[in-house]
Amino acid sequence: MRVLTLLMFLAHCLPVPLSPCLIVSLSPRLPVSPSPGAPAVVSAFDRPNDAGSVIQLRWSLSPDDASIDGYAVLRRARDDTAYTKIGSTMRGVTVFEDEGVQDGVPYEYIVASLRDGAMFHSEPSAPAMSYPQFFHKGRINVLLCIVAFTLLLAYFVVKARTGKDLFIRKIAGLAAVEEAVGRATEMGKPILYVPGLGDIDWTATIASMNILGEVARKIARYDSALIVPNRWSVTYTVSKEVVKEAFVAEGSPDKFKEEYVRYVTEAQFGFAAAINGIMTREKPATNFFIGRFWAESLIMAETGAQTGAFQIAGTDSVLQLPFFVSACDYTLMGEELYAASAYLSREPVLLGSLKAQDYGKLAVLLVLFGISLTSFFGVNLLPVLRVQ
Amino acid sequence: MSGDPWIWIGAVLTLMIFSFLYKDNPFYKFGEHLFVGVANGYYIVYYWHNALKPNLFEPLSAGQFLYVVPLLLGLLYFTRFIPRISWLVRIPIGFTIGWGAGLSIPAYFQADVLRQLEGTVVTPATFSNTLHGIYAVIILIGVACTLIYFYFSREHKGVLGSASKLGIMFIMIGFGASFGYTVMARVSLLIGRIQFLLGPWLGLID
Repeated sequence: MRVLTLLMFLAHCLPVPLSPCLIVSLSPRLPVSPSPGAPAVVSAFDRPNDAGSVIQLRWSLSPDDASIDGYAVLRRARDDTAYTKIGSTMRGVTVFEDEGVQDGVPYEYIVASLRDGAMFHSEPSAPAMSYPQFFHKGRINVLLCIVAFTLLLAYFVVKARTGKDLFIRKIAGLAAVEEAVGRATEMGKPILYVPGLGDIDWTATIASMNILGEVARKIARYDSALIVPNRWSVTYTVSKEVVKEAFVAEGSPDKFKEEYVRYVTEAQFGFAAAINGIMTREKPATNFFIGRFWAESLIMAETGAQTGAFQIAGTDSVLQLPFFVSACDYTLMGEELYAASAYLSREPVLLGSLKAQDYGKLAVLLVLFGISLTSFFGVNLLPVLRVQ
Repeated sequence: MSGDPWIWIGAVLTLMIFSFLYKDNPFYKFGEHLFVGVANGYYIVYYWHNALKPNLFEPLSAGQFLYVVPLLLGLLYFTRFIPRISWLVRIPIGFTIGWGAGLSIPAYFQADVLRQLEGTVVTPATFSNTLHGIYAVIILIGVACTLIYFYFSREHKGVLGSASKLGIMFIMIGFGASFGYTVMARVSLLIGRIQFLLGPWLGLID
């Protein structure tokens, strides 16, 4: 004990700062270095709006910030006897996030200025502990948007179910679906329907499944052949169910053939190569590319155009749309893809959803112009849109 | 010319796939079937080692029996091979679609609606640089007209029709820029393949 006291005394009196090993070994009650360069106040607190396990630190810059190398952060749990270095920052930085803590355990921190390998440490912070938050207060605006949209959706779905005629303007690509199926029937060739390369959790794939159902119903009616290649096992299962159901709904379950819906491969360009092979060998009269697509879009659409097929594409992949626009006869762009299933099926839920989206767009326009205009009269409503 | 058999396999397969540029032929067909077959084999092994084993079987064997729930959900996919109970496949499908939609809706509002709106709003601060102010106003008009193009509840006639036409012009300008940008990226992929053929394979370039 005497040795320890002597060491602490020397640490205060000597002009050299405490070395890192001394700081760790002299804990738990660390001597506060009067040496210049130590950051002043260190506050530690739970990071708000997260799932726990993170404590945030803030401190004021060392008065000699310009001449130090950076800051070291040291931590100890209540039961620990020593502080341990857990990280460091560059000079000029006043924040640090400790992501390796246990929820519900109090921790104390000290921040030390680093100069030539020596540390000039602060007073320990007050104990802080992390815990998870159930509600993210920085995203109330997102919640309000979802609630407002859900109310709109419910209103229009109920309206559609009561038989009210909900108007949807004509969408060129969809009006061509009937023609596309009829063309394939007349030519006695199959129809290729690629439901995109996204798995079933992509919204575009879900929309594609709705359109596939409607296309399959027309195919069942016209007695044409269908090819639906799939990249994912789940979309394969869903596609099969959708096509089978469409044939049943048209009263022709016997016309459904298992080979209509195929699993190909998960490899993106392996899938594209296989589609190219199908297009050149089975020569479908009509190709549908509806869903989520990536870099393979032009390879497939260009091959389809060369085989002389009538092509209808639809995707919300903004980067792929130009390729479809240039290589296909009709393209459903972005939102039109979602409108398509409602337009084709006249299903109340889908119609209501489309109407709700339309009113959502009106609200977006109002907010956009409203906030822009009011800002010129000195009312800043921009923070309302900010999401943390 | 390379003596490494793997370089030769890569080069020959590359040429097989390129032969499609002439027309469909047995070499392309072989390359395509090999690609699909190898990829399927690869993904079976990949999912076993990266999904099924660490995320299901290891926790189960460690006594975490809550993992029986995803195991059962996964097994329900196989009920489609038993016609009598094939309807059960709808349970995991419904679960997956519901999970996907539930996860994407808040993210959509956050990233595609609120953040986009925040970036599009024009304020006096935008005009601190006159040129930036003009760009911001053009973007505001472009966003508004594009939104009107995607408005389906009215026929596009009159003012709505004009705004929608302006909207489609903005969209096409955007597509043109995107097309050029992406084609450049694809050309660089082609250059990469040709470099492989001329360099590691033929040894004509360093």
